Amino acid sequence: MNINQNPIILNVDNLHASIQDTEILKGINLTVRSGEIHAIMGLNGSGKSTFAKVLAGHPDYHVTQGSIQYEQQDLLELSAEERAQAGVFLAFQYPIEIPGVANSQFLRLAYNTVQAKRGKEELDPLEFDDFVREKMKLLEMKPDFLDRSVNEGFSGGEKKRNEILQMALLEPKLGILDETDSGLDIDALKIVAKGVNHLHNTDNAIILITHYQRLLDHIVPDFVHVMEAGRIIKTGGKELALELETHGYDWIHNDQKRAAGAST
Amino acid sequence: MSAALQNLVNQPYKHGFVTDIESYVAPKGLNEETIRLISAKKDEPEWLLNFRLEAFQKWLTMTEPHWQNVKYPKIDFQAISYYAAPKPKNKLASMDEVDPELLRTFEKLGVPMHERAALAGVAVDVIFDSVSVATTYKEKLAEVGIIFCSISEAVHNHPELVRQYLGTVVPVGDNFFAALNSAVFTDGSFCYIPKGVKCPMDLSTYFRINTQDSGQFERTLIIAEEGASVSYLEGCTAPQFDTNQLHAAVVELVALDHADIKYSTVQNWYAGDENGVGGIYNFVTKRGLAKGINSRISWTQVETGSAITWKYPSCILRGDNSIGEFYSVAVTNHHQQADTGTKMIHIGKNTRSTIISKGISAGKSNSSYRGLVRIAPTAENARNFSQCDSMLVGDQSGAHTFPYIQVRNNSAKVEHEASTSKIGEDQLFYLAQRGIDAEEAVSMIVNGFCKEVFQQLPMEFAVEATKLLSFKLENSVG
Repeated sequence: MNINQNPIILNVDNLHASIQDTEILKGINLTVRSGEIHAIMGLNGSGKSTFAKVLAGHPDYHVTQGSIQYEQQDLLELSAEERAQAGVFLAFQYPIEIPGVANSQFLRLAYNTVQAKRGKEELDPLEFDDFVREKMKLLEMKPDFLDRSVNEGFSGGEKKRNEILQMALLEPKLGILDETDSGLDIDALKIVAKGVNHLHNTDNAIILITHYQRLLDHIVPDFVHVMEAGRIIKTGGKELALELETHGYDWIHNDQKRAAGAST
Repeated sequence: MSAALQNLVNQPYKHGFVTDIESYVAPKGLNEETIRLISAKKDEPEWLLNFRLEAFQKWLTMTEPHWQNVKYPKIDFQAISYYAAPKPKNKLASMDEVDPELLRTFEKLGVPMHERAALAGVAVDVIFDSVSVATTYKEKLAEVGIIFCSISEAVHNHPELVRQYLGTVVPVGDNFFAALNSAVFTDGSFCYIPKGVKCPMDLSTYFRINTQDSGQFERTLIIAEEGASVSYLEGCTAPQFDTNQLHAAVVELVALDHADIKYSTVQNWYAGDENGVGGIYNFVTKRGLAKGINSRISWTQVETGSAITWKYPSCILRGDNSIGEFYSVAVTNHHQQADTGTKMIHIGKNTRSTIISKGISAGKSNSSYRGLVRIAPTAENARNFSQCDSMLVGDQSGAHTFPYIQVRNNSAKVEHEASTSKIGEDQLFYLAQRGIDAEEAVSMIVNGFCKEVFQQLPMEFAVEATKLLSFKLENSVG
């Protein structure tokens, strides 16, 4: 673990959240400073994706307790689009298809909306075309990508690359990648990882949600958190992911039991 | 989220105002006297009076149809005034002489006529209530022999053409509302493209209902001679009234050998308020006859208004190798009802038809696609492709599809595809997560859904249609 005294971007305190009266998140605490990469690991159903959606403001989830501070603001006061405009970005696990809407049109609308809200310059279609093509090179995307309907008929890898392209365009302060590695072959994984590493700098932070160590070989985290039953039950450095890979998630329980046994 | 959806569709009708112009309004009621009055007011030849009277006699024997999937209170045909005309102050030599009040109305509608005409190269035959007020670009069209005028003018100046074709595609006794229209129509557009002429510009008519309780019975007749082609645009807006207004137009298209007629409509009649009070009843008969070999009739419609829309722009494919097309977007919101679709009647050999229908239902509205594909025994190698997609916004709207297919020739190929989708909260969240608000998101999703139809519209019309849809669906998502 490195010691970072950079400004805090995100501070999650005792976060509880429910969907349709079922509590999924049961007291999450997490502090993310600028320049950091955090990995959140855990089994299916541990609440990882719910946490990502709650951070992004998904309307189906209700925060019942706790708080989220983002850049000195109460994040829970902001709507999903306001959060996006303020620099919170979620790369979706399952990117959504929008038939009939050209990717270029969608990307430009998103880019210009966010630029306008941030008081920055908007681009006309021609300027944007040059701009987005430059970004696409980073992710080794073919130009015909722009003309196709948003995510429609995209392969798993294309969808994920499209997510990272959006991240590159919107330049978030906090990027949350929800199982971006799932469904990617090793070549696509490397391209996506290269893209994310390129976008990461000392002014922003990234939260990676993943099942597997293999993504973390390419995007190296400063912290690894293990989630279970809606809580973070263990936090460590990048080596924690390797231990999980070797020993499996049960190892934590055994480890904790041992620790508990030792203290009694 | 669905509350946000709802906010999006609830903006008041922006074109709801009444222009204060002196009008002549005929007494309410319908009888032979009324018809003679209309005919006399318009100084019509006897054959046309007889045409009207024959239609009226047929109408008297007919009953109002109720098979459609819409509900509305019984119409009292004796409570309608069948003729209303702005009182002409004097003959108009130029646009400058048009009543400024009228011009202001068009400006409010966002249709600055001269600008539209000049910039877009569109000749606008403006129909205000039932009588043509101003026509532009007529001279330019006349140079190539195109006649584009009100049907009243055509009756006087080109009686042989009107008499030859009027009622040949939609006979006077075709249906209840067509018979009514044939009896009492007051005005409409007439367009004649001579042999071999490609019309150099899109022809456009803006209709507008202005007098309270006045029925609107437009009559449009378009003829494309051998090898001719034309693109015709029809757009509608109407002011806000509490009482329902009946609109029963008839449109007839005739395409001779190798001729091509493209008819595009953007319809935005007053739809009633959010409780379903008021609004126009739009019961229209539109039919094109692809009479000649290799002829083509193409209908594109964007239906956003009216309390009730009930229309089936149709193609009779009589000529060998003729083509019929129907591209439709129907948007309903609040308590609007739409039962719309097409009929493709294949008679000639190698005839082909395409149907692309997109229905969008928001609020508590209901939208039905109803379409007939009929392949006659004579129609060797006929082809049809139909695609009917419905999109639901919110959880209180309905979409229905009623395809009728009658094939009497074994060589025919008929395909039908249908889908129903819902604007997903997932889609809205995805777009929100990219900074795009619900209103723009809905607009984007809906316009994507309608893309195949909008591509068929002339450029400036497509832009209007896109805006209109966004406007119609404002506050429908939440």
